[in-house]
Amino acid sequence: MMFWRRLLENKLAVAGGVIVSVLLAASLLAPFIAPYDPAQIHVDRVLVPPCKEHPLGTDQLGRDVLSRIIWGGRISLLVGFVAVGIATAIGVVLGAVAGYYGGWVDGLIMRLVDVMLCFPAFFLILAVVALLEPSIWNIMVVIGLTSWMGVARLVRAEFLSLKERDFVLAARSLGASPARIIFVHILPNAMGPVFVSAILGIGSAILTESALSFLGIGVQPPTPSWGNMLTAGKDHLEIAYWLSLFPGLAILLTVLGYNLLGEGIRDALDPRLRD
Amino acid sequence: MARYLFRRLLTMVPLLLGITMISFAVIHLAPGEPTGLQAEFNPKITKEARERLRAYYGLDKPLHIQYLLWLKRVATLDLGRSFSPDRRPVSEKILERLPITVTINLLSMLLIILVAIPIGVYCATHQGSFGDRALTVFVFVGYATPTFWLALLLMLLFGVKLGWLPISGIRSLVGYEAMGPLEKAIDMGRHLLLPVLVSAFGGLAGLSRYMRTSLLEVIRQDYITAARAKGLPEGKVIYKHALRNALLPVITILGLSVPGLIGGSVIFETIFSIPGMGQLFFYSVMARDYPVVMGMLVIGAVLTLVGNLLADLAYAWADPRIRVG
Repeated sequence: MMFWRRLLENKLAVAGGVIVSVLLAASLLAPFIAPYDPAQIHVDRVLVPPCKEHPLGTDQLGRDVLSRIIWGGRISLLVGFVAVGIATAIGVVLGAVAGYYGGWVDGLIMRLVDVMLCFPAFFLILAVVALLEPSIWNIMVVIGLTSWMGVARLVRAEFLSLKERDFVLAARSLGASPARIIFVHILPNAMGPVFVSAILGIGSAILTESALSFLGIGVQPPTPSWGNMLTAGKDHLEIAYWLSLFPGLAILLTVLGYNLLGEGIRDALDPRLRD
Repeated sequence: MARYLFRRLLTMVPLLLGITMISFAVIHLAPGEPTGLQAEFNPKITKEARERLRAYYGLDKPLHIQYLLWLKRVATLDLGRSFSPDRRPVSEKILERLPITVTINLLSMLLIILVAIPIGVYCATHQGSFGDRALTVFVFVGYATPTFWLALLLMLLFGVKLGWLPISGIRSLVGYEAMGPLEKAIDMGRHLLLPVLVSAFGGLAGLSRYMRTSLLEVIRQDYITAARAKGLPEGKVIYKHALRNALLPVITILGLSVPGLIGGSVIFETIFSIPGMGQLFFYSVMARDYPVVMGMLVIGAVLTLVGNLLADLAYAWADPRIRVG
């Protein structure tokens, strides 16, 4: 298949794919590969620098940093996938409806997109999370609710051109319902770009979650997340660099992996976009 | 141009209405009512403050009336009074913090433009070279770097290890008053250097990538081939003919980056203890100071709207097809 050959020829995309696969595997296998219990407190091994027993050191409660990063990966990936799932579902439905029906429906939905894009997303997310209680579920929902606009625009644009095609006319003359035409006939043809934007969205959802957790209104301790590990890193910045360095590197690598993979897939799907 | 401006301002009206509607909806997200359940458990809110909020939103009236009442006050910039012990008007609290945030964001935007555009041009004119590929990887890494983490690392390096730069506040706590004007400026500059760098970093990656793509697209156009065919030197082709057109979409991207910059100010202002809008927002969120939170939501969105307007005006000024058409 052309798609796979083009994807595998792109070294950066392959690197992204490898990073993503390794991280996924590490998160799924966390109970088996983490050298220590991530919650186990050791008062006699507090703030140990990276060494043979603790490759990435221990934190202020003597917990193994490597184990906490491996378990924290589960949280980041969970937030990334669920938030993007929500955003994609909303974006696809609204974008499809706007593009297919046009007219005032389209106008209304697109104005809503414009309005949502005006809000500094981080302000909106902070406000909502604070009004509700900070919890991982609230965060996933709120990130999802504030990041669907790009997908909606994308799907709408695809629908605007696809709905004029002959196969849509054929489906309509056979008596297919609008819902059937939208979801069964047109949508599968528009899924490529949606898939790409979902993969890119995972990276930014993970970044948002880590920032919220860093500020103390995201994932709450003792559940380890890369963001709340960095909060501890900030408190011990002067004496324990490893508490800040490694969780941040984990975030960077993960987001980098998804972005490289996402852009690689985009180029492979549509080589004309490749510059 | 006047007609364009008028048309453009007209399109802002429904957006403003939408902004206030969503802000209003967020207020009513609080379980029960904004003065209800959560306020009961919040020792920072006195009974009197709760009553005041009830009166402010007219909570005994139907929802649409509540919205209209609130809208009427917001239109006159009356955003209510803060729940915090000082009980000051929200608009006053926000306005005194606006300049510092806007200054930092303008400085970082300037930095983004000055660095990202040359990088983008270099990559586009040296497509596929080692430098282009190295910068592309750098851009991807920049995209993926959490800004708060970068802030921590820079604080660690320049503040703690090397001791070159201060790591919090916007001026020295001791001895600032005794300094001369030049020393004061240098002092503030040293305090602002890291925050500006950090807030520029994310945008840098995005804009340089965008500049590269935009210029590559323009270079493929027929008029560039024509310019080359008539024997113009390559430098002139790129900088005089191609760059101008390639910069147009970049203006729009700059406008679109405003909400990200404002939202990002929460992070770097909290880390660097800078008394700006972002820090106020964060403190207010933590203290459940609803009037301030809501006021800032509206003002943040309006600032974005203004940023987009400025970008569109710049675009129209640069591209006659827009302002005439």
